[in-house]
Amino acid sequence: MNSAIVVFPGINRERDMARALRLMSGREPAMVWHADNALPPGTDLVVIPGGFSYGDYLRCGAIAARAPIMDAVRGFAAKGGLVLAVCNGFQIACEAGLLPGVLMRNAQLRFICRDVYLRVERSDTAFTRGYNAGQVIRVPVAHGEGNYIADGETIAKLEGEGRVLFRYSSPDGMVDPNWNHNGAMNAIAGIINAGGNVLGMMPHPENHVEAEIGPSDGCGLFAGLVDHFKLAA
Amino acid sequence: MKARVTVTLKSGILDPQGKAIEGALRSLGVSGVASVRQGKVFDIEIEGADRAGAEAALKSAAEKLLANTVIENYRIEVTG
Repeated sequence: MNSAIVVFPGINRERDMARALRLMSGREPAMVWHADNALPPGTDLVVIPGGFSYGDYLRCGAIAARAPIMDAVRGFAAKGGLVLAVCNGFQIACEAGLLPGVLMRNAQLRFICRDVYLRVERSDTAFTRGYNAGQVIRVPVAHGEGNYIADGETIAKLEGEGRVLFRYSSPDGMVDPNWNHNGAMNAIAGIINAGGNVLGMMPHPENHVEAEIGPSDGCGLFAGLVDHFKLAA
Repeated sequence: MKARVTVTLKSGILDPQGKAIEGALRSLGVSGVASVRQGKVFDIEIEGADRAGAEAALKSAAEKLLANTVIENYRIEVTG
């Protein structure tokens, strides 16, 4: 699996992401600068990592979404290429029109930095094949604006088409307002586009991939992607 | 030419920041505040004197960048 990580000024999770990709795929990801116009040839997976691109000025992700490299990312996604957008990456993907909806200020107005539990809703996608449907995973979040909002029609479509892949839940998989840390509609933590090839999620699976330093529930996502490309080869 | 673009949240969109400001006003003892919705103001200077051209440029700026039209409305005023 050849991955490319898009780097914008103010992004700070790109090295964590690179480490996880290197560990799980055995290959060094390419780092692609925001001012570039093209992705490296042979890219299988594009990752938009987390951080604070352009200082979150204007709106989170708004300026990064209009950077030169994003045309190449949109072109790649339009041809079915897999895109993983995490945290600020999710905000950028929404602003870039790759995913519907918006990430608003957390309902409690506080920056949240802690481990959360996610219920995996489907296991039949390239991103979640490493998990079982209904499985609960523990991964960290670190965001001030992760409160997913879209109009009623969009939410109904996302739900009807099974495009919600991760939901904030209790450790035993119950969706409950007390476990919906940022107030996201329908406790949405991660969604895919209609083509199923772009995943946006607020939590950071890349930070839980090594048993030596804690939970390793993030492994399933990366192992699943590696498997996906092995089977396709 | 001077212009102002005002960006506000669409009605029905939850505004946690506005709610917090509303609470703060109440705790300061400012009376009679029923509700607060917050937004953004952009003061922009436009080159030249072509009013229609300026309005078109500002509309494009608002649509492409200043507002996220999924959740926000914008208003353009060219003040001359």
